Amino acid sequence: MRAEGSGTGPAGEARELAGRLRVFLASEIGVPEAALRVSELRRLAGGASRELWSLDLEIAQEGRTRRLELVLRRDPPGRVGESDRSHEFALLRAAASAGVPVPRVYWCSTDPAILGSPFFLMDRVAGETLPRRLLRDAEYATTRSRLTGELGAILSHIHAIDLDRPELAEWVASTGGASTARAEVERIAEGVRQLAVEPHPVLDLAERWLLERAPEPSGRALVHGDYRVGNLIFDTEGIRAVLDWELAHVGDPIEDLGWLCVRAWRFGNDALAVGGVGSREELIEAYQDAGGRPVDPAALRFWEACGNFKLALVFISQARVFLDGLPSVELASLGRRTAEAEQELLELMDAEGSRT
Amino acid sequence: MNDRPSAVELLGAVKGFLEREVMGRLEGPQRYHARVAAHVLAVVAREIETEESQLDAEWERLGVLLAEQADPPSSRAALRDGVRDRTQRLSARIRAGQADAGPWRSAVLEHLRATVADKLDVARPPRG
Repeated sequence: MRAEGSGTGPAGEARELAGRLRVFLASEIGVPEAALRVSELRRLAGGASRELWSLDLEIAQEGRTRRLELVLRRDPPGRVGESDRSHEFALLRAAASAGVPVPRVYWCSTDPAILGSPFFLMDRVAGETLPRRLLRDAEYATTRSRLTGELGAILSHIHAIDLDRPELAEWVASTGGASTARAEVERIAEGVRQLAVEPHPVLDLAERWLLERAPEPSGRALVHGDYRVGNLIFDTEGIRAVLDWELAHVGDPIEDLGWLCVRAWRFGNDALAVGGVGSREELIEAYQDAGGRPVDPAALRFWEACGNFKLALVFISQARVFLDGLPSVELASLGRRTAEAEQELLELMDAEGSRT
Repeated sequence: MNDRPSAVELLGAVKGFLEREVMGRLEGPQRYHARVAAHVLAVVAREIETEESQLDAEWERLGVLLAEQADPPSSRAALRDGVRDRTQRLSARIRAGQADAGPWRSAVLEHLRATVADKLDVARPPRG
């Protein structure tokens, strides 16, 4: 499989993609290709590990035309099998039924013959995604004032999703059971050992520190796995959708609360732990008020530190993808951000040291 | 010896070109990548200017921590390898539990704080 288009440029790539989508959708919907129009297909700025495309779809059926504004979420071509879009698709369905704001999902395929890699199509939710707009722009003042409360309440609803729902059965089976704090630290440490090219004594120190403090699970829940301000769609009223469910797993729900407090998502407003807009105490209160289990502050501190440990691995693995040959300036730049997570781990270990 | 402009000055010229003439013509992910590219050039320029003194200091600190007395290697490449080897020995001692508590832990933490501060001085992550 090719890593890039065949020299036809972005416009050619979009044309080819639109054609392939039409073939797929005609068979899924059960209409002739001529009844479908795919337009306005363009690549959106997104993370380093996935592709997002925006498109409009018109379906002419039974004498009327239905118009859908959609987003195509696709793994980068050539990265077949590293994540499973059908699981993310099922998770979005389950989340919607539990009252969690998510984009409505329509079609999904993991067959690489169709678009080169697994993908699904979902509603294009109107709104903004850039955290710095949320943190700085005057028009989002109301959203900012509500954000910590909404983040806590929505998270309690995610953790209340029934793991026995039939559409989740295949996903739950694939997760290999609930992960524990100890297993999570060991998994991250193993990842660092596998992927880091340089020695990282800060991470060696953090591994031992975290293992010593790993709490017993507070419960067993669907953990989103990447719940942070950068994975939301918001407007001037509040949160409209929670995105990026590909890291979801079964585990200790406090993990999501800790990850949300990681310094990297504060964008410089370091005094406010929750995305630079709210305190840990406000978050815990909102989470518990909306039905979430009681949160032990010590467990939250553990999971926040563990989140920084995981973030170091994220940067190391992104740099490793570049070092292994993927020519991306963005991935190349991320390796040097490992030091940010290391600095925060040193501070958190220090704070704990001075308390005991 | 090469002529002026120096390597750092040349990187500055390319960074200015990206910022003044390229970024404004791009949009979406390409515009973002151009901004990342300009940031990367600034990182390289800072590394060129600070690497020698940072490596010298790191070599010295590691020597004290590991109780190893040796003169620093004379070439930059050998010094880099030497610092990496010493850091690997530090990592091994941490993994063996020797830095779990006590005065050596404090000394290790102090060294690591200085090392991470040096790395961040070069990487200087963009905010927001």
